[in-house]
Amino acid sequence: MATEPSGTLPIASEQHIVATRQTVRLLCQELKLSLVDQTKMITAASELSRNTLIHGGGGWMRWETLEANGRRGLRLHFEDEGPGIPDLKLALTDGWTSGSGMGLGLPGSKRLVNEFNVDSAPGEGTRVSITKWK
Amino acid sequence: MDRIPILRMGDTLLVTIQVDMQDQTALALQDDLANRIAKTGASGVMIDISALEIVDSFVGRMLTSISGIARILSATTVVVGMQPAVAITLVELGLSLEGVRTALNVERGMELLRRAREEQSLGH
Repeated sequence: MATEPSGTLPIASEQHIVATRQTVRLLCQELKLSLVDQTKMITAASELSRNTLIHGGGGWMRWETLEANGRRGLRLHFEDEGPGIPDLKLALTDGWTSGSGMGLGLPGSKRLVNEFNVDSAPGEGTRVSITKWK
Repeated sequence: MDRIPILRMGDTLLVTIQVDMQDQTALALQDDLANRIAKTGASGVMIDISALEIVDSFVGRMLTSISGIARILSATTVVVGMQPAVAITLVELGLSLEGVRTALNVERGMELLRRAREEQSLGH
C-alpha cells in the first residue's frame, strides 16, 4: 500500500498513529532519504498525526511523492474537520500549548522538514502539510 | 494493548523497548515501573531504547516523567542506547530530556547506576 505514489490513511485511533509512522517509514526508505532525514520525517508525522487525533478529533493523512527540478520529495498532508486553530500565529510559537501537550507539536515539526504549511480557522478544521526533499 | 516487560537484576529494573509503542503502552510502562520500584525497592532503572527508530514528544515526555517518578521513589533512571539520528531529531524538535540521565550503552549505564548507588549509600 505504501508503495503507491499517493494514498490516504485514516487517523481515528492510537493504532493509526503507529500505522502512519510505519507507512511514512516505508515511503522515506523508498525515496532513499538519509537515516537522519527519515527519522525527522517519521517523527514529524508522529507529532502531526497525534495532533489530528487529539485536537482535530480524528482525520486522515494523505501522501504524495513529488518530482521537481530533478529532485524527489515526499509531501504529507494531515487533515481534520475538527474545531480548528483560533490563533495560528500563537500555535506556531515555541512553548505554546493548548493544555495537553508540551507545545512542541507545530513549531517542533516545522523544524524537522523542508517545507511546512498550515491552514486552519475556527470551525473549519486544520490542514497541515510537510515536505521533505531528497 | 502490548505491555513492555520489566526484568529485575539485583537492585536494578531493566526495560528494553523493542516495539513501536502506542501511546497507551508508553503510559502503562510508566505506571508499571512506578509500581515495581515501590514493590521491589529497586535503586536503579535502566531503559534500553537502542531498538527505537524514533522518539517523539510523547515518548520523550514519558522518559522524563519516569525519571522524575523514580527519583521521588529514591531510584536513579538511566536511558541507554539512543541512536544518533534520534538524538539529532529530539534536539531539533525542542526536547532536551532535561533531568534524564543517559549513557551510550548498557555497560556504561550499569556503571552509572553503580556509582549512583555508592553515592547514595555514602549519604550524598
